[in-house]
Amino acid sequence: MVGLEHYLILSAVLFSIGLYGALAKRNAIIILMSIELMLNAVNIAMVAFSRYIVPLALTGQVFAIFIMVVAAAEVAVGLAIIIAIYRHRQTIDATKIDLMKW
Amino acid sequence: MGASVAFWVLASIAVLAALSVVLVRDVFRAALSLILCFLMVAGLYLTLSADFLAAVQILIYVGAVSVLIILAIMLTREVQRGSPSNRFRLPAFFVAVLFFAGIAFALLNTPWQISSTPPLEPTTPAIAGLLFGSGGFILPVEIAPVLLLAAIIGAIVLVREK
Repeated sequence: MVGLEHYLILSAVLFSIGLYGALAKRNAIIILMSIELMLNAVNIAMVAFSRYIVPLALTGQVFAIFIMVVAAAEVAVGLAIIIAIYRHRQTIDATKIDLMKW
Repeated sequence: MGASVAFWVLASIAVLAALSVVLVRDVFRAALSLILCFLMVAGLYLTLSADFLAAVQILIYVGAVSVLIILAIMLTREVQRGSPSNRFRLPAFFVAVLFFAGIAFALLNTPWQISSTPPLEPTTPAIAGLLFGSGGFILPVEIAPVLLLAAIIGAIVLVREK
């Protein structure tokens, strides 16, 4: 029988994979994709809590909808920034975009 | 029984797709696996009886976000260079494993108060009531379009040819 813990473990697995990708990758688009993966993992946890703990309140699903709105805005602005950087510097290697690094 | 089988199939494909997003060398294939992972997450929402969210997931993530990502990959011509790792690969792996261990330890040792009430179905009218009804989430619903408008204008300003 599949319960709350299964969904939460799955969510933690997906979040950890996204965390690894966001920390270890050089391509800025892959980093953005990893962040989307992490947001999806959080959404799974939200919906699982909503289903198993307060099945009639649906609060977790509303939170998930707002996370999706913010994720859509984030991916639009993030990709715009990546394309703008690519126009200026002909690269989207995150280790080479170090103007503000000390 | 059927729900358990669906969960295990969807979850294993989602984890494999997520792994291939961070491990595959080809950026375009990574994007395609990301889309597969989004689809599996939509199926997982269905097993959680969140039908409206599953539809929204397919519309926003599989429909819109994936198109944006593929467009960005094509516009930046970084495909030939693949998706190499930086020098923090091993530390990042340990951070991810430690994070997972911490979360798993915490959530397996928490006594969750599982409710035995069957879930609401269909969820769309209830979510509409929560979003737009009185005492619901009408203020965030009003703020969300402002955020989206700001994001759209910001994206246009950023990528506009000077």
